[in-house]
Formats: sequence, C-alpha cells, structure tokens
Amino acid sequence: MRTSLDRDAISQRAALLFAGAILLVILVLPLATLFEKSFQNRNGEFVGLANFVRYFGTPSLVASLWNTLWVSVLATCIVVPLAFVYAYAIRRTTMPGKHVFRALGLVPILAPSLLPAIALIYLFGNQGIARFMLMGESVYGPIGIVIAQVFFCFPHAFLILSTALAIADRRHYEAAEVLGAGRLRVFLTVTLPGVKYGIVSAFFVVFTMVATDFGIPKVIGGRFNVLSTDVYKQVIGQQNFEMGAVVGMVLLIPAVLAFVADRWVARRQVALLSARAVPFEPQKHPLRDWLLFGFCALIAGCILVVLGISIWASLITYWPYNLSLSMRNYAFANADASGWSSYFNSLTMSVLVATIGTTVIGFGAWLVDKTRGAEFLRGVVHLLAMIPLAVPGLVLGLAYIFFFNSPKNPLVFMYGTIGLLTLNTIAHFYTVAHLTTLQALKQLDPEFESVSASLKISVWRTAWQVTLPVTSPALLDVWFYMFVNAMTTVSAVVFLYGPFTKLASVSIINMDEAGFTAAAAAMGCTIIATSAAAKILHSLLAEWLARRTQAWRSR
Amino acid sequence: MSDSAYLVVDKVTKSFGQFQAVREASFTVRRGEFVCFLGPSGCGKTTLLRMIAGLETMTGGRIVQDGRDISWLPPSQRDFGIVFQSYALFPNLTVFDNVAYGLRGRGKTDAEIAKRVDELLTLVGLPGEAKKYPSQISGGQQQRVALARALAISPGLLLLDEPLSALDARVRVYLRHEIRELQRRLGVTTIMVTHDQEEALTMADRIAVMNAGQVEQFDSPAAVYAVPSTPFVADFVGTTNILRAKLASPGRIVSGGVEIEAATPPDLFPGADVRVCVRPEDVMVRGVNENTPNRVDVTVEELVFMGSFSRAKLAGPKGMSISADFSANLLRDHALATGARIKVALPADRLRVFPG
Repeated sequence: MRTSLDRDAISQRAALLFAGAILLVILVLPLATLFEKSFQNRNGEFVGLANFVRYFGTPSLVASLWNTLWVSVLATCIVVPLAFVYAYAIRRTTMPGKHVFRALGLVPILAPSLLPAIALIYLFGNQGIARFMLMGESVYGPIGIVIAQVFFCFPHAFLILSTALAIADRRHYEAAEVLGAGRLRVFLTVTLPGVKYGIVSAFFVVFTMVATDFGIPKVIGGRFNVLSTDVYKQVIGQQNFEMGAVVGMVLLIPAVLAFVADRWVARRQVALLSARAVPFEPQKHPLRDWLLFGFCALIAGCILVVLGISIWASLITYWPYNLSLSMRNYAFANADASGWSSYFNSLTMSVLVATIGTTVIGFGAWLVDKTRGAEFLRGVVHLLAMIPLAVPGLVLGLAYIFFFNSPKNPLVFMYGTIGLLTLNTIAHFYTVAHLTTLQALKQLDPEFESVSASLKISVWRTAWQVTLPVTSPALLDVWFYMFVNAMTTVSAVVFLYGPFTKLASVSIINMDEAGFTAAAAAMGCTIIATSAAAKILHSLLAEWLARRTQAWRSR
Repeated sequence: MSDSAYLVVDKVTKSFGQFQAVREASFTVRRGEFVCFLGPSGCGKTTLLRMIAGLETMTGGRIVQDGRDISWLPPSQRDFGIVFQSYALFPNLTVFDNVAYGLRGRGKTDAEIAKRVDELLTLVGLPGEAKKYPSQISGGQQQRVALARALAISPGLLLLDEPLSALDARVRVYLRHEIRELQRRLGVTTIMVTHDQEEALTMADRIAVMNAGQVEQFDSPAAVYAVPSTPFVADFVGTTNILRAKLASPGRIVSGGVEIEAATPPDLFPGADVRVCVRPEDVMVRGVNENTPNRVDVTVEELVFMGSFSRAKLAGPKGMSISADFSANLLRDHALATGARIKVALPADRLRVFPG
C-alpha cells in the first residue's frame, strides 16, 4: 500500500518534473552532446578515443595543459595566503577601518575579469607607466596572467575565508589560554584547525577559476597558450569543433575535481560549532593590529590602483600622446560596430537572467525542499542543480553550440538570440543561486507545511503567504548575484552571441583585439559602474524590504 | 467520558531499512481521552505520533480514526490539529493571522473569523495580544497561540509533540495544568508525546510507555507506576531497585542468599534467572523483626539528603545493593547514620518479579 496523494502532492510532483525537464534542456542535454562530440569525427561518425589521441599527440596543445596547470597553481598559492591574512585581519583583530577594507576587498567582483588585465597593460605594457618594475620582462604572458588572476580571484577567496573565520567559539580560546598556550600555539592548534576546510575550499575554488577563466589570458596572455584560449582558437579560429570538444572535456577535469573536493569539505564542515558556542570577540593587540592594518592598506591600495588606472585610462584621449581627459573612448561606435548596443544587450540580458533565474531557481529550490515524499525525484533535481558548479562557463558555452546549433534541434531558432544567452547564463550560475535559496528555506521551521496540512490549507498558499515573504531577502540577494554575474561573464557567452546580440564583455574582447584598449577599458568601467549601481540599489531595496515585510523580526 | 474507541492503532510498524523505529504498536484511544506517549529519546514516540498525523508513512499495520481507516490518507485528508515543540508559528503573521490561518478560505466572513479568533484567544488566555508578532511574545504565550491555531478548526484529534519541553520549568508546570483543563473542557481526544515522566503522570488518562520502538505498557498512570509490566517501565517511570535472583519454587525466589516470597510469573522452572523490582519508598524499615517475612540484614553505606527524605544505599549479603527512601522522621527516630546495621523488609505485595 502507498499513501494516496492529495492535490498538493500531485501538483508539487508535476512542478518538480517540470523543473527537472528545464534542467535537462538547459544543462544535461547540451553537456551530453559535447561529450558525444568529443568521440566523433567531423562527419559525426564515432571514432572512439581518436580525438584524444590526436590531442595528446599535439605538442602545442599539451604545452597549454602544462601552462594552465602551473599558472593556476602559482596564482592560487599567491591569492589564498593574501586573502587569508586580509580576512583574518578583518575578522579576528581590532584593527580600524574594517568595514572599508571589507568593501574594497570585494570591489573586483563587480568587474569583468578582463578589466584587471587591461589595467595591467596600462601599468606594465609596452608603453606602461610602471614598466621598469618588470625589469625587462614582458607583461604579456604568464606574469600578466598571474597578476590579473590574483586581482580577479581575490574577493572570492576572501569571501570563503572570511566566512570560515567568522565563526569561532571563544571558549576554545579561553581554554587554550588557561592551559598556558602561547599566541603561535593558539593560532596553530585552535585557529587553523577551525578554518582548515575553508582554506581547502578556497584553494580548490581559486584553482578552478584560474584554470577555466578565458578573459584574462585572452587579453594579456600574448603568445602564452592555456586551455581556455585553445578552446576559443580551435572553435572560433579553426572551426575545429571536435578538438574544441576534447579540450572542453580536459577543462572539465579540474572543475569536477574541485567540485568533488568542495562537496567533501562541505560535508565535513557541519557541526564544527555547537549551538551553545560563545561568539569570539577579538582582543586589542596594538602591534599585530597595526601590522595587519598596513597589510590591508597595501592590498586595498593595489585594488584601488587597478580600478583607478582603468578609469583614468578610459578617460585619456590618446595614450600616451594626448593625456587630456575626454569622454571620447566612451563613443564605442568608433571602436566596435555594435557601439553602445552591446552594453544595452548586456543590461537587458542581465535583467532577464536575474529575474527569470531567481524565479525559476527559487521555485525549484522550494520544490526540492518542500515536496512531501518523492525523495527520488527531489534528489535527482537537486543533483542536476549542483552540476553547473562543476562546469566551466567556456565548456557550457561550447556545449550550447553543439546542442542548440544542430539543425535537428527544434530549439535551433534560439541560436544567437538574447533568449539563448539568458538560458545559458542562468544555467551557468544556477548552483550558487540554488544553494542560497535552499539555505534560506532550511532556516524556516520544517513543520510549516505539516501545520498547513493539518489546517487543510494548500502548501501553495503557505508558500505565497509565509515562505515567500520570509525568504524575500535571500531572493533579493540571489537576484543581485545573478545580475552582476550576467553583466560581467565572458566565458560562456563568447560562443553564443549573434550579429545583433553582442554583449558588453564580448565587445571588450573585440575592441582590445582591434587595438582599441582605451575603449575596452571604458566599456569595463561602464560595466563596473552598472554593477556598483545595482549594488547600491540592492542595499536600498533590501532595507525597504526589511521595513516592509520583515517587521516581525523586531522585538 | 464515553467509552467508545476513537482511535485504533493496530500493529503499526515503521522500518528504515533494517532499523525498526516503531514495532507493531497496538492500542486503542477512547473518545475524549488524554493519552501520553512516554519514553526516552529515540524510542519511536514522535515517529508514532507523526504516523497518526500522516506526516510519516507507516510500513505496516492499520490506523482507524472514528471508524475511518486513515492508514494511507495524506495528512490533509485526516482530521487533527497539531502543536510542535518548536510551535512552528508563522513568523511574518500576527497572532491573529496565525490563529485565523486555518479558518480562511472556507466561506467564512471576516466578522465570523474575527469572532472565532477572539473566542480562541480568550480560551487559551491570550486576549489582547492579537496584533503582536510571534517574536514579540514569550515562549509560553507562543505555545498557547500554537494551541489556539490547532484548535481553530475544531479537530477531532489533538496531537501535541513535546509541546512543553522548550519552556522553563515554572511555566511548564503551570501550562501542564492549563492544557489539561482546556482539554477536559473541550473534550477533544488528545495525544501528547513527552519524555518527562512527571508530565505524563500528572496529565494523562492513560500512558503508552515506549522503549526501542515498542509500546511496553498502555495503562493508567497509577497502574504504570504501581504495577509496571516490564523492568524497563519500572525503571523508566520513577526509581526502582532491580535485584538479580533465581526462582526457588513458584512463589519463592533467592537473591544474595536471602529467600524472598513474591508472586512469580508462571511458566518458569525452578533455577530460572529472574529480576525483582522494588521501589525505594516501598522498602520497609519500621517494625521489622526476626519474624518479618522477606527480611534482609543490611548496612547503611551512604545517605544522600534529598529534602523531605534521604535516599540510603544499603549493602546486603553477597554484594546485594538496595536503595531505600528514609523519611526525616525515621532517621531521627532510629538515629540512623552511615555504617549502621539494620533490618529491612521487602513487602511481598510490592515486589514485581520478571523473567530474565
């Protein structure tokens, strides 16, 4: 015998199936096509591992693999310690200006990865103002890539480590002190073990970001090849789709490894801290505090310099001959045929991604969390929702070409449209949004739905009257996250835009390629300004929402 | 209180793979009765309650409520109100809207709803708090709101899942009484899950004592206390001495070399291992002499002051150890102190003998 289903259970199951179907179309089928393609020749015949054999037999391609590895390891080993000290200073000391440092540390998130690369060209390029600092080395190549990646990845590592350092039990520190442990010993035996999973997670996340990023090596890599630029060259340059698919598969490896490691870490991290923990309050220690203040000021200063150089470069009329300031570079039509339209395409797409994405992902997360029974279906949908975290944007973009550009696909009409760019970007950033919503839902009392059932009230009504209002701050966060990422993303969409749907980030690449570096910087600054404006709007909205729907939170 | 069976739980079982959370639980709850599920954490009492509500699917057995087989109905098609330990009040709705939640969308006018909510809030002793949010009232008040919300739709069965455990001791004792009064007045059949024996003993008409997924005894509080049907029940409800012994002959057992008269279970052969349960307050001290049956010579090893009485640890022959409660009076009259050698008796009618 089985429990008979009521109307709620049937409608929830139907909706869950629909959510699964969406994920199937925007994620699983494209990836499956990519997988299939890597085992086929140009004519679509199955050739087994022949493509892979050819790949590993091509010295230049294998060299890229090696390049990608060592550059990623180097950048990761620089970023994580820097971010750790920065986060430690903010979370565990009484240093002044913590809020300012925190905000400045996160600024690079608002910019596309291309922007630090462009700023580096102005600083250390062939006509750069600080070129002497490289002592004859060229910034085009691994040096430029590593420095730019450090900027680009810093806020991500900082966020992870800052969260890990935020939670601490004061009693552990008191116990260590009572037992006579010195500062170093306390740090090694209490602080580090408490955040080790955060550190591991930061290493993996940063490594994957560097290994799979496309924008930075494209702009500042020069003749130094990495996997992501190889994919682009094989597919866009040589129209060699099979080889592109193979490189895509290789690119999946670090991401999948990082994903597995991250899940492993997440499982171990639970319950490190009991509900009874006494929150840690940092004590004054002037020497340490001021040393760390100096360190943070240095890092924040570097970030400001990169940002400042970008803005300045975008305003200079003609570097380095005419240093007068003007808005000439913002007339994008001079540098790229699509002009300002690419910016408005980006804006349109970002609003669509954020709005549709938040709705669909939020709804999906609600179904995964709140459908009564249906464990299998819920598990499957949740698993599908986790996949995008393990798929680099470039690979997803490639998969979309194969899947949506096939004449056999009834959805082929979407190719090159804003609609497809939107779908792709939603799929690309699905996981974080899904997990954020799920976490917000988990904070609600799990018995709300049980109470509703006992009162004969539909779960849908409870979702509308209770769950949605209570989780609205988290949904607003998701909206903002999706918007900023859609504004700045390059890797997936670079394969998918059509003649009338070029995006701002893509036009940065095109303008930079065509030698209009100043215009590229100007477009980068426009994107930052938009993200920053969205951030301000987000704060204002969050406050308004708090007043409006969260009145119950105040005592 | 009528004697008709309202809820029949018949061999209800819940397994998770190999593990059986509830094993063939069977009992019948009468209409208007207040029943407690009592047991240690993990004994399956909450799982059983959730199966009655339909929030967990059972893997075997049958549940009949008011003549209707509800075993396989989803919760929305059953007839119950429920209060959780966390109360699960909707945080963004006022007290009024929480209580009114189940009343809306049933063709009632706003005025009718307002009147009913008013009635309910008065019933649970919270008039005038309607406009506040749950976070603005105390834990005890939240508990009453949850109760009012559950009662709003006049359910045939009220389920309470540890409703008092999140409250501090004083409020808890007060609300015990309140809930019981309310239940009597409304005559609603009620099942409450608790791990607190005092709560169960003071509130319930009947108690289902559960252990490791099984209902070990289903009886009135007095019977559960006085005539426990298993050593577990004897030990879990109140305090008890459990002495190892062997059956000498029907009606006679031997423990620590002492022969003891007691009602022994049938079907046991002489020489079989048995356990004898006796409560500390039933150990007799006054008027024990050479001729008192079931006499044991003991030494007072330890006296622990407990307020109105002291609990003594008594050492008998051959390592036998017995706890006994001595009133302050008795201690004074007999000038008892640690090391004293005294005679105590284990009254035959107070002994419970179990096989094993």
